[in-house]
Amino acid sequence: MVVHQDIRDVWDILKTVEDPEIPVISVFDLGIVRDVRMDSDLCIVEITPTYSGCPATKVIEDSIRQALISAGIEDFRIETTLSPPWSTAMLSNDGREKLREYGIAPPEDEETDKLALMGEDRQVSCPQCGSKDTKMVSQFGSTPCKAHFQCKECLEPFDYFKCL
Amino acid sequence: MENKEALYNAVLHLGDNGSILGHRLGELCGHGPVLEQDIAMTNIALDLIGQARLYLQYAGKLSGKDLTEDDLAYKRDVMDYKNFLITELQNGDFADTIARQFTYDTFHLLFLRGLSDSKDETLAAIAKKSIKEVTYHQRWSCEWVIRLGDGTDESHEKMQRALNDIWMWTDELFTQSEDEGSLVESGMLPDTSLLKDQWLNEIKRIVEEAALDMPEDQPMQEGGKTGYHTEYLGFILAEMQYLPRAYPDATW
Repeated sequence: MVVHQDIRDVWDILKTVEDPEIPVISVFDLGIVRDVRMDSDLCIVEITPTYSGCPATKVIEDSIRQALISAGIEDFRIETTLSPPWSTAMLSNDGREKLREYGIAPPEDEETDKLALMGEDRQVSCPQCGSKDTKMVSQFGSTPCKAHFQCKECLEPFDYFKCL
Repeated sequence: MENKEALYNAVLHLGDNGSILGHRLGELCGHGPVLEQDIAMTNIALDLIGQARLYLQYAGKLSGKDLTEDDLAYKRDVMDYKNFLITELQNGDFADTIARQFTYDTFHLLFLRGLSDSKDETLAAIAKKSIKEVTYHQRWSCEWVIRLGDGTDESHEKMQRALNDIWMWTDELFTQSEDEGSLVESGMLPDTSLLKDQWLNEIKRIVEEAALDMPEDQPMQEGGKTGYHTEYLGFILAEMQYLPRAYPDATW
């Protein structure tokens, strides 16, 4: 029982660790924490990168380390796993809403995403005004995980978190 | 040669491809024709360098000498690099960059699909992760071939010339060393010689859509996997390796 309690504590701590690029969502919401388990007295936190070259991965690892140490947990190891690869389906519903509020359109379902990134207009809703009258400016955006869009209704440019 | 050494060399080759092409594209940071494409190319560079890190970390483990990804990236010289020659070619004009990316991305995607079935779990995992990223790369470079090829007279002419110029470097993508042959047999690597037809069909499909002509048959260049490189590689390494060589083991 004690062990289970510890693991729950660790999950609670991870829910407070922010993503360095999108500070409104936690690494938990982002779905990059794959597993937390005890190996006798050692706590193992398994994380997975979003994109292979995402520069935030190292920062996230450091933030998790910092958060656990601040909470008085010292016997832990952070492991990186690649399989199964991270996908946007791993984003929590809560995380999607927080993205939208922050001004980033959350990923659509895979079919809609494909149409949107093939240049089909009116697929992604503007996170500012909610209009579907939007167009893609570029498949590649400010970070590897985002594409660059513009709303034709309110004219605001915005980022779209693309499906992976 | 032992299978383990063959695997080590093969993984180095995969890492070097990503590292070198990633650095080439990285040179365009701040020099793209428009901001969005500058960002696109550096995004692709970042993916490739990220993938290279995964391969080189694995190669470090396979080396049995406790080598790190940095040891392998910064402490090997031209003859030790095993990347395809096409990845080290200069960026040229935008059409040259697109032609290099288009032919390489199309190969890369087919190769990764095969590698995702590898009996080597690490390689399969890296491939499955990379496929998602390279799908975006290939979509981007195909769109540009079509846009330039089927664009103005000038863009058409430049795209055609770039495609003709890159052609001699594409056959190396399908060559296979003896070591690699043994790895193919044991199910660790996909058989690249079998990918050529698929690759050619995909290239033809896009070239046709872009209103371009397929390049003529011509003598092909190879040698990267065995350490015979173009003069361009040394310049990339000189820049990339300067700091760790001038200040060995420096840390932040």
